[in-house]
Amino acid sequence: MSAGQIAIPAPAESEPVKRSPGTFSRLCRRPLPALGALLLGLLVISAIAAPLIAPFDPIEMNVVDRLMPPDATYWFGTDAYGRDIFSRTLYGGRVSLIIGVSVAFASTMIGLLIGVIAGYSRAADAILMRIMDGLMAIPGILLAIALMSLTRANIWVVIIAITIPEVPRVVRLVRAVVLSVREHVYVQAATAVGTRLPRLMVRHILPNTFAPLIVQATYIAASAVLVESYLSFLGVGTPPEIPSWGNIIAEGRLYVQIAFWNILFPSIFLALMVLSINVLGDGLRDTLDPRLARRL
Amino acid sequence: MLSYVIRRVLATLPVMGVVAVIVFLMLRLSPGDPAAIIAGDNATTADIIMIRERLGLDRPLAEQFVRWLGQLVSGDFGNSIYLERPVLGLIAERVEPTLALAVSTMAFAIVLALPMGVLAAWRAGSWIDQAIMALSVLAFSVPVFLIGYGLVIGLSLEMELLPVQGFVSLWDDPLAFLAHLVLPTVALGLVYTALLARITRATMLETLNEDFIRTARAKGLAETRVLILHALKNASVPIVTTIGTGIALLIGGVVVTESVFAIPGIGRLTIDAVLQRDYPVIQGVILVIAGVYVLVNLAIDLTYSFLDPRIRY
Repeated sequence: MSAGQIAIPAPAESEPVKRSPGTFSRLCRRPLPALGALLLGLLVISAIAAPLIAPFDPIEMNVVDRLMPPDATYWFGTDAYGRDIFSRTLYGGRVSLIIGVSVAFASTMIGLLIGVIAGYSRAADAILMRIMDGLMAIPGILLAIALMSLTRANIWVVIIAITIPEVPRVVRLVRAVVLSVREHVYVQAATAVGTRLPRLMVRHILPNTFAPLIVQATYIAASAVLVESYLSFLGVGTPPEIPSWGNIIAEGRLYVQIAFWNILFPSIFLALMVLSINVLGDGLRDTLDPRLARRL
Repeated sequence: MLSYVIRRVLATLPVMGVVAVIVFLMLRLSPGDPAAIIAGDNATTADIIMIRERLGLDRPLAEQFVRWLGQLVSGDFGNSIYLERPVLGLIAERVEPTLALAVSTMAFAIVLALPMGVLAAWRAGSWIDQAIMALSVLAFSVPVFLIGYGLVIGLSLEMELLPVQGFVSLWDDPLAFLAHLVLPTVALGLVYTALLARITRATMLETLNEDFIRTARAKGLAETRVLILHALKNASVPIVTTIGTGIALLIGGVVVTESVFAIPGIGRLTIDAVLQRDYPVIQGVILVIAGVYVLVNLAIDLTYSFLDPRIRY
């Protein structure tokens, strides 16, 4: 080989390219995340199909049958107004589902936007990160409670109130990824050949944030479902006439000594949903980011 | 070192400044007229105008902020609209139950989580590691009220072992004080234990791979000595940092737990204030809690820079 020649690797086209199995199928090979995905799937279906499955109207009162223990008619018993806890619990899943998905989506999108700006502009970074530090100094639930006091409660206000405290962690994550990626040679090479910023972002930088963001979004969804139930339980969340799990539990707490099923069943559904999302999140993290998995 | 201390202390100022701006703007940027929100649904126009003038809401925003900040710095957090008493006094009255629950929960979690995390890391991959990790995911997912009411029904109502609800001051009756704290501490402590056990396991796993651990084992030290004196001591920085940042999670949990066990603490004060739209109280609570969070984390950082010679700034 004479000097100055560049070694060109043999063309690889002749070899059949083996596609690595997709993330989802790899995820489902582990027993625990697969179980989590299955459980979550069942909960999602039961929430979406609540009008088809629920034997009773979730808000129709029937005072004759108040505080009935679980039996063949009322699988989970009834509450103080004679409403069927099973039907209410199924409908409650819809509220949690909407909140979990919306908060996870909104906080990752807002966090992604702010994080990218902070990672790319030094001037904006100083200001944005101070704001994020300030937000993080306020406990999330406390901030959400305070935000709930500002206007009449409805489900969108709940979503906003839970989203805002979740944003700083996403911003930090995205900013850290952007800061490290922009030092990589391939990004500098792309800059050197004159790639414009939007293209650089979309093609080279943003794809690196996807894996950690998906994992983070799962954890945020789990936390949002939990926080919504806490807010409603405290009486400052979803409007009380909507059967969310927190609301059912908040009403049931008055009768905890004589009718524990009022809080037991919605609590179990709540715990199972949060657990299944968390397990799925751990599985995603182990699959998407093996380096992190070894550490945690 | 001194310059680090000064820089670290000064770094808390912008954070608290931002918290103050957030708290200040929250009410002003909310949809609708803050005076009308405070006045409530049944207020007359005269009421609203009176509240607006009393809180200075008719002045320019910047002027309002400077005046408010000046009052904060001089220790005046305003008066509760409903109780017409200074906010700081109201918070001070409610500090004991909240502080007691937070401290006992933290102690409970540390005592439980450190051995669990060390054990899980020491036997990484074994069934005991997997059991501890599974338990920690479970504890992280179960709502406080499920554990809380479960304990109440199981231990107190059925067996009458422990008081179900309420709080007794340490100064009135130390034994009753402790008895009332047991159930809330366990209910809240499990989440916090899970968090600490995970981070303990993770940092211990890293430390156990270090050369000095191999050296310690090679020179024949007892395994407990290696684990605790050599590994855990060196792994302690991230663990204690997590204890510090975990305070935000802890305080959120305290608010809910206080409600489950009818404990008259800061959580209850906040919820009552939100239901009555008593904004000075809400603002005061957020400022005080954020201040505590910032100060505790400052103290942790500074302690480490003194205790750990590897940390050079």
